[in-house]
Amino acid sequence: MALSTHRTTTALLRHLTPAISYLRHISTDSTSTITVETSVPFTGHKIDPPSRSVDTTAQELMSFFRDMALMRRMEIAADSLYKAKLIRGFCHLYDGQEAVAVGMEAAITRKDCIITAYRDHCIFLGRGGTLLESFSELMGRKDGCSKGKGGSMHFYKKEGGFYGGHGIVGAQIPLGCGLAFAQKYKNDENVTFTLYGDGAANQGQLFEALNMAALWDLPAILVCENNHYGMGTAEWRAAKSPAYYKRGDYVPGLKVDGMDALAVKQACRFAKEHALKNGPIILEMDTYRYHGHSMSDPGSTYRTRDEISGVRQERDPIERVRKLLLAYDIANEKELKDIEKEARKQVDEAIAKAKESPLPEPSELFTNVYVKGYGVESFGADRKEIRAALP
Amino acid sequence: MAAIVQGIGATAAPSASSNKFLLSSLGSSLLEKKRNFFVVRSDGKCYTGLNQQQRRAQNVVTNAVATKEEKASAAVGSKPGHELLLFEALREGLEEEMDRDPCVCVMGEDVGHYGGSYKVTKGLAEKYGDLRVLDTPIAENSFTGMGIGAAMTGLRPIVEGMNMGFLLLAFNQISNNCGMLHYTSGGQFKIPIVIRGPGGVGRQLGAEHSQRLESYFQSIPGIQMVACSTAYNAKGLMKAAIRSDNPVILFEHVLLYNLKERIPDEEYVLNLEEAEMVRPGEHVTILTYSRMRYHVMQAAKTLVNKGYDPEVIDIRSLKPFDLYTIGNSVKKTHRVLIVEECMRTGGIGASLTAAINENFHDHLDAPIVCLSSQDVPTPYAGTLEEWTLVQPAQIVAAVEQLCL
Repeated sequence: MALSTHRTTTALLRHLTPAISYLRHISTDSTSTITVETSVPFTGHKIDPPSRSVDTTAQELMSFFRDMALMRRMEIAADSLYKAKLIRGFCHLYDGQEAVAVGMEAAITRKDCIITAYRDHCIFLGRGGTLLESFSELMGRKDGCSKGKGGSMHFYKKEGGFYGGHGIVGAQIPLGCGLAFAQKYKNDENVTFTLYGDGAANQGQLFEALNMAALWDLPAILVCENNHYGMGTAEWRAAKSPAYYKRGDYVPGLKVDGMDALAVKQACRFAKEHALKNGPIILEMDTYRYHGHSMSDPGSTYRTRDEISGVRQERDPIERVRKLLLAYDIANEKELKDIEKEARKQVDEAIAKAKESPLPEPSELFTNVYVKGYGVESFGADRKEIRAALP
Repeated sequence: MAAIVQGIGATAAPSASSNKFLLSSLGSSLLEKKRNFFVVRSDGKCYTGLNQQQRRAQNVVTNAVATKEEKASAAVGSKPGHELLLFEALREGLEEEMDRDPCVCVMGEDVGHYGGSYKVTKGLAEKYGDLRVLDTPIAENSFTGMGIGAAMTGLRPIVEGMNMGFLLLAFNQISNNCGMLHYTSGGQFKIPIVIRGPGGVGRQLGAEHSQRLESYFQSIPGIQMVACSTAYNAKGLMKAAIRSDNPVILFEHVLLYNLKERIPDEEYVLNLEEAEMVRPGEHVTILTYSRMRYHVMQAAKTLVNKGYDPEVIDIRSLKPFDLYTIGNSVKKTHRVLIVEECMRTGGIGASLTAAINENFHDHLDAPIVCLSSQDVPTPYAGTLEEWTLVQPAQIVAAVEQLCL
């Protein structure tokens, strides 16, 4: 394939490395277009799929790599923190699925809305969330994005257009269509990406929301992150028709390789154009999660370790971008390793800072229940202490 | 009377086959007890309930009273029993009922091949097949409805909500179909369904996964609600719920699944409408259920050291309330403290307070105190989460104040 010839050219150029380093810096920062073919073509349902050739730049590819490396590192760090009992409760990790988050961000603006389910740490990061907010929230500290009161499944960022972070499977889909409704109402040329999983694809509320979105031409893009397992149940055991992009019936759909960030970017751009003109569209991202459903699920009782390592070797999103960067000679191995080390350093620093952040004050228990004071008073359990007026 | 019942039980049960012997000797005294039940409860429903109880009296062993001496005598008289965890007790009850009646089936998310997210149905799919232990897609509203429909034709499904909070999606099915079909069809259809799942506040699970739905479901007419708290009553209530012809919602608690206890080897079924006397006492009646029972018992240790003698009752039956046991206790102690995990507003405690005030007002020396969770969504941060729940120190303070 084309890749092998690129590798030999890289090998040839290696001894010229110091000489062309000056040139390479220019090419790294350049915004000249590179056209890459996606790994697999798109499959359309009631729509003509977009072209397989994606335009990108060296800068964009580097940012993909940087962001995905950071996300991967964050999730692995969250894994260790959970095992160290600093993160409690439920923790659903996104590693393996990073391409969906970065590809989507590359195609849209911060004015477009994204809403997702509980596997939300990386999407939060993509929407402008900081590592400190993320880790503080995971550890239940005051500096968290939800002031420590939400937890892993309830990350939100209003300024970044990130609407959460929802624990109940499928409940975010009608919410997403509501966001799209408001966008249509205000006529502001923005779209909403509503993410859900293959498990949630069997929820009735999806079809109810889809019907309404199609009826009123809402700019809603429903993205099914199909990682092939709904907690412990494989998709073929839960769905009669695992072709989730076709499930919309009268709503057009597109099947995308969710491990290829460029394919995701192309699909999201295409979907945004479509949604603003013609109403809802379904995108099915064929992706995979390396961890189990959550930290309390080993992830190996319903799938083989060979399958997991197979996907990691062949389809890992970060590896794919790394190969592209090396092939197009945008960066060399050492620089990429440095970027990963930098990511690790950033994550470690954020964790250290988050650990110093204090736990919320006891009075925080009663804040933000209502918006304005209704004069409702709350008593402590023995009716003598903590007369708190809900602010 | 309970002591006499236990005495017969203790001497008459040396082997497993003595089950029938034990039950028939208890038969007459049981019926007598039920008659008292009948008198105290004034709601019309107890007529039908009573008929079922009389019919079931042959199968029911009311081992509800579990004080230290009686446990010891039961242990001496009967087999030593076996030790297991609460979720294993639930599984045992489930398995025994599935063996006994081929109409019993289970449906829920990840109950089959995965074995259940809390391992309650582990191994059952291999034994009974994929249709009897059905792995459903994530569609709570629909599969609960499906279970109710199957129950209308005579099957006895057990619907598992992976977390009670998810059953909010099925609220319409539970309220309108499950609860009302027996009534609106003039008695033609019965819905012998069991809806069960873990609820309650766990270890920092977040707001949406720490729901206590007993307060939401309690005003649905036509359903029964029970809450288990020990391995012993978990198995007994599970079996009773399955055998009951009424729809029963069995509330388990996420943090109680790993409680270890020794339960009897012989088959036993508990009474769905009966409360459990955990610790008899003289000074104050503490009514509680599910996980708060353990907070109360912890507080009871401190209280005993301080010289108080609390009577602790695990009400178990959340709908209908066992006003007979509760009433007897109120008449003895004249003071009531309710400790619950529900929210303060509209919780089980609120209904219980109203019921006790209505029925036993003359016997109360002090207003009923109800300790419940704060009316806030459960926060994720550990310290805040602790503050939403009733802690043993608060129970001690409340008793001290009540018994002034």
